[in-house]
Amino acid sequence: MQTWSLVSICVLLALVVRWGVSLNSYSGAGKPPMFGDYEAQRHWQEVTYNLPLQEWYFNTTENDLMYWGLDYPPLTAYHSLICAYVAKSINPEWVELHKSRGYESPKHKLFMRATVLVADLILFIPAVVLYCLYLTDGSSRKKVSTLFCFLLYPGLILIDYGHFQYNGVSLGLALWGVLALGLGWDALGSLAFCLALNYKQMELYHALPFFCYLLGKSVQLGLMGRGLFLLVRIASTVLGTFALCWLPFLSDPDHAMQVVRRIFPVARGLFEDKVANTWCSLNVLVKVRYILSSDSQIYLSLACTLLAVLPSCVRLLTKPTFWQFKLALANSSLAFFLFSYQVHEKSILLVALPVCLLLNDLPLVAIWFLHASTFRGLTACAGWFEAMWFTVALSKHDTEDMKHDASVSEGRSAGALRCDLAGLPVLQHLFTVSTGALFRGYLETGSLPQAAFLPPQTGPGLDREMEVLHQRRGHGGSELCDCRSGSSITSA
Amino acid sequence: TVMAAAGSCSWFPPLALGVSLLKCLFINAYHSTDFEVHRNWLAITHSLPVSRWYHENSSVWTLDYPPLFAWFQWSLSHVAQHFDSNMLRVENLDYVSPGAVLFQRLSVVFTDGVFIYGATECCRCVQEPKEQRDVLSRPSFVLAVLLLWNFGLLVVDHLHFQYNGFLFGFLLLSLAKHLQHRHLQGALLFSILLNLKHIYLYMAPAYGVYLLRSYCFTQDHRDGSVRWSSFSPLRLLALGAIVTSVCALSFGPFVAMGQLLSLSTLGVHLKLLEEAELPRASMTGGLVQEFHHSVLPSVTPSVTLVCTLLSILPALLSLWGGPRGPRAFLRVLLICSLGSFLFGWHVHEKAVLLAILPLSILAVQNREDAGTFLVLTTTGHYSLFPLLFTPAEFPIKVLLMLMFTIYSFTALRKLHSGPGRLLRPLEYAYLLGLNAVAITCEVALPLSPWQQTLPFLPLLVTSVYCSVGVCHSFLRLYVSLLRPEEKPKQL
Repeated sequence: MQTWSLVSICVLLALVVRWGVSLNSYSGAGKPPMFGDYEAQRHWQEVTYNLPLQEWYFNTTENDLMYWGLDYPPLTAYHSLICAYVAKSINPEWVELHKSRGYESPKHKLFMRATVLVADLILFIPAVVLYCLYLTDGSSRKKVSTLFCFLLYPGLILIDYGHFQYNGVSLGLALWGVLALGLGWDALGSLAFCLALNYKQMELYHALPFFCYLLGKSVQLGLMGRGLFLLVRIASTVLGTFALCWLPFLSDPDHAMQVVRRIFPVARGLFEDKVANTWCSLNVLVKVRYILSSDSQIYLSLACTLLAVLPSCVRLLTKPTFWQFKLALANSSLAFFLFSYQVHEKSILLVALPVCLLLNDLPLVAIWFLHASTFRGLTACAGWFEAMWFTVALSKHDTEDMKHDASVSEGRSAGALRCDLAGLPVLQHLFTVSTGALFRGYLETGSLPQAAFLPPQTGPGLDREMEVLHQRRGHGGSELCDCRSGSSITSA
Repeated sequence: TVMAAAGSCSWFPPLALGVSLLKCLFINAYHSTDFEVHRNWLAITHSLPVSRWYHENSSVWTLDYPPLFAWFQWSLSHVAQHFDSNMLRVENLDYVSPGAVLFQRLSVVFTDGVFIYGATECCRCVQEPKEQRDVLSRPSFVLAVLLLWNFGLLVVDHLHFQYNGFLFGFLLLSLAKHLQHRHLQGALLFSILLNLKHIYLYMAPAYGVYLLRSYCFTQDHRDGSVRWSSFSPLRLLALGAIVTSVCALSFGPFVAMGQLLSLSTLGVHLKLLEEAELPRASMTGGLVQEFHHSVLPSVTPSVTLVCTLLSILPALLSLWGGPRGPRAFLRVLLICSLGSFLFGWHVHEKAVLLAILPLSILAVQNREDAGTFLVLTTTGHYSLFPLLFTPAEFPIKVLLMLMFTIYSFTALRKLHSGPGRLLRPLEYAYLLGLNAVAITCEVALPLSPWQQTLPFLPLLVTSVYCSVGVCHSFLRLYVSLLRPEEKPKQL
């Protein structure tokens, strides 16, 4: 069959699966007074539509930061504003200031789910299709199999369409950045990645590889000639993009600092709740949180993260090829996930994206990781395995040889991804998506009939978390820490 | 003759499992009143003694399927009590709980196993071409996808809610047995099917004529006419025994209790629900139980019966006329289904599936039938759109329809690659026109001011437009049946 028909069938099936998941309940459904991420997004639409820009990130009488205050960079706010305009034209009650708190109705749910789908359709899915068709090698059948697996990755579907978030936008923009870099359009790639950074600050997990790749490429081209020109072009693109996104906030330095404080709230501790990274796992044996002071915890996590990230980045600096770049993306995001400060379990999506990029080249490792990443408890094991694998892979000789070795051994040993049909991994994806959508509740309550209708929670300690955060006051920022999505209670 | 599909069928389990997992995603989607119908039947069969099953009428959805289906619901009810025993109380009308929804939806997914088995058997009956093709271009693969991932079945069974997959499984098994010349098994399966849902009576004439002609008369004259001397009373007795024993098993207990009269409600019962418009020859404007046309002449049940019989008579006669083999039987079966769909009384639009699913078997083997299949399927599937009128399910039906249509067109075109196209330009134009109808009826009209004054306008437009396509497919089937076969091997 022709490639276009296979691709369109894959995309249509991916959309059906996404919409099927979105028929289920969302985070915080029917749970006053705080509700969940869904209410946070709706509240941001309300805030950005009704209040002037200067008040969005400040605690004022109109804007109570304790109730889902904005804690993402400005692009999220602009996106919420656009959605709010659409919402207002359909039903003004959805974004009425103060009165629309906790608004829930089937039509509103349909609208919100539709916004996620539209964002995915515009940003994420085209990037995936283009990547699989143009930046992977193999027969067209193999490319379609990769596309199939990539689009059906359960983690992203369950979080974006089940729990309710807009990770597809930031991951999509980052993917456009990777795509552009792969095609040799460096300035456009940096533009896309800067937009991704300005949408969700968690994209900083991917920042180091982008930086090292572009710097390494400039150095390779010669710092006295074309390399310098490239460097200047990229630098100006980055600065220009940041300036454009932050323009309304740059008029007042205090304003900008407040936004930064909202985006990077430190002093929440090394980790919160159970997340499958090193610190949480280590805490079982050695109570790291209580042994070390808060500052030492920061320095320890900084040191460990840098140590884990350094080899791949240095290698990328010296040998800036696209293959190295993809490996470094996976390594860097995984290192950040394992060792960083205040990591949220949803950050595993940031690791999953680069691993999906490697589906074609390292199918067994990639599929194994992607499945493990969807289930909480196993992620630490998967993470360690992956970190070791990538470090070993990078320390091997030549990139071309290694790539050839890896793919040949994968093909012989695992056969996890057949060239004609990506049957088994796709089935596993579908199984995970359908059971995940239905039974996330079961994992919380243990009661089977109720399970299908419970809203997926961020974690069992959500309420407890709110209390803990209530008691803290956070200031300052650190690029290592990752913020909780949508649950910020700390005030300036 | 029939050949088993060569090579290993390692692609079949992933297809079957994949579609089953997809069905699980729709568990929390919209379900129609049929959900309450089946819940009520679960309650009736579980809580009441057998003598009361067909008398219980505290709900409007009284039991109006034959007894074997009632026993099927009875066996399901034993599993249901572990999910939510409250749904088995007859007085709990319109009872909906998470447990009830989960059980009912999962029961449809699991009983679809019969359909999957039927599809397996049908795929085995498909002739493989001589040259070794890759998996995606094999007729058995295409048939498997067209059957397992059929849009109509997915939408009617797993969104609207019914047990058609379970029933069609029996039909496919019966057809497969006939294609393999195991006529007694085929007859047994069809008798069971008739006792599960009596709508399949529409196909009974085809079965009757074919079995009588090709099974009871063992030999034919050289020119194809029947050799009366070769009549085998033994075979007729065997067939009769099978049919009567199955009917006795199903109706026996009720006859013994003297309830035969109440079972007559099976055929005549008019459901008190809003009947959607159907793409049928006798178009109407409106609905509820009985109505009289204000403009067109009134239609009565006897008139529709006569029309139906007249429409299928030529096909039955041609089947009697000569030994045409199982494929001709399949064609006549399709004509019977479509004829009764077009002219029958109180036909639901879901009945178009009775024609679409068996036609898939012919479509992967014959170029002409592939063209008919494309027209009928696209039109028939689109006519199911009004069944799912909720906004939340709108993307699902559009996306699934697009998926199935793209696949069926590209796969069948690849399969029957040769000179010329599968469809004539006018047919392509008609199918493209469906897009315009879809946009009008699904988007434009509901948002327009006419929604209040003429609420049935979208349904009317849909039905009238689709009726053209269905009638055209009916005629195409007749032409391909009555045209003399060029290659005897096609049979």
